[in-house]
Amino acid sequence: MRRAGVVLAALLALFCSADAPATTFEQRDFADQGQERRYRTLVAELRCLVCQNQSLAESEAELAADLRAQVYTMIRNGDDNQRIIEYMTARYGDFVLYRPPLRITTIALWAGPALLAAGGMFFLIVQVRKRRHMPAAAELTETERARLAALLDNVEHSE
Amino acid sequence: MMRGLAPIFVFVGLVALLAFGLTRDPRLVPSPLVGKPAPEFTLPLLHAPEQQLRMADLRGRVTLLNVWATWCSACRLEHDMLVAITNSGTVPIYGLDYKDNRDDAKRWLDQLGNPYTAVGFDGDGRVAIDFGVYGAPETYVLGPDGLIAYKHIGPITPEVWERTLWPIVQQLQGPRG
Repeated sequence: MRRAGVVLAALLALFCSADAPATTFEQRDFADQGQERRYRTLVAELRCLVCQNQSLAESEAELAADLRAQVYTMIRNGDDNQRIIEYMTARYGDFVLYRPPLRITTIALWAGPALLAAGGMFFLIVQVRKRRHMPAAAELTETERARLAALLDNVEHSE
Repeated sequence: MMRGLAPIFVFVGLVALLAFGLTRDPRLVPSPLVGKPAPEFTLPLLHAPEQQLRMADLRGRVTLLNVWATWCSACRLEHDMLVAITNSGTVPIYGLDYKDNRDDAKRWLDQLGNPYTAVGFDGDGRVAIDFGVYGAPETYVLGPDGLIAYKHIGPITPEVWERTLWPIVQQLQGPRG
């Protein structure tokens, strides 16, 4: 039980640290820590279009390096996160965002998991209820009871 | 009877959905720029760095803007097709030489033939980013008004030209007298 707790804590720590990737390829200088934090968050949330399962922060592709440089330049120029996100989506579409905005076309993406979970829950509850209303196992008949008694007798004697 | 079949229907539906998903290429990212004006740019010409290619040079007629580079192997695949399009005189092709080496690029065109009306040299790839380029080759069909009518990702094969690009070009050009 205690071991399970430790494993759970380790897993939680792993997932929570996932938004701050250790890999950054270029050495960057920032005016303050806030800028640096914004840079790290943005490059982790923007998707590299060349190797599509990596963020800009993780990708070694040349385009990713160029886009990291673009994010860096825009942050140094004082652009806020929204401007930078707009810059990227204007050119590459919502696809560059690892967290797509809620739209008609993405509604299935956002609502899907919740709907599936709710559906599963509903199915489970219906099944459990149905089982509860089922008649309890039928009473034993006279002969069955006699046999049961005989069997139990046997067990007691053999001990 | 129907109740027992329900899981099978769900399963078949799921298989159909996933099978459809497999037929689609996840590397093709729809461009948000289609239907919008092409971004303005000014680039030095590949062959004459002191002269420039501007977006304004492309307006006034239907054009293709082809993003290529000598390091791009798929660009080699489509090159003969580009030359053939230019030889047919149907539509002028402008080149955007993407993050390339000037000398390599000039040698490439000398050896393989130059299908381009003019080539802008995008050494640092900034103009390509404005166009949402994420790999070469990519080809944009631009209307006379400078709107991006279509974006093709990957090499232009004879099939792509016949079935996709040529009809779009024809439609944009309208009936020619």
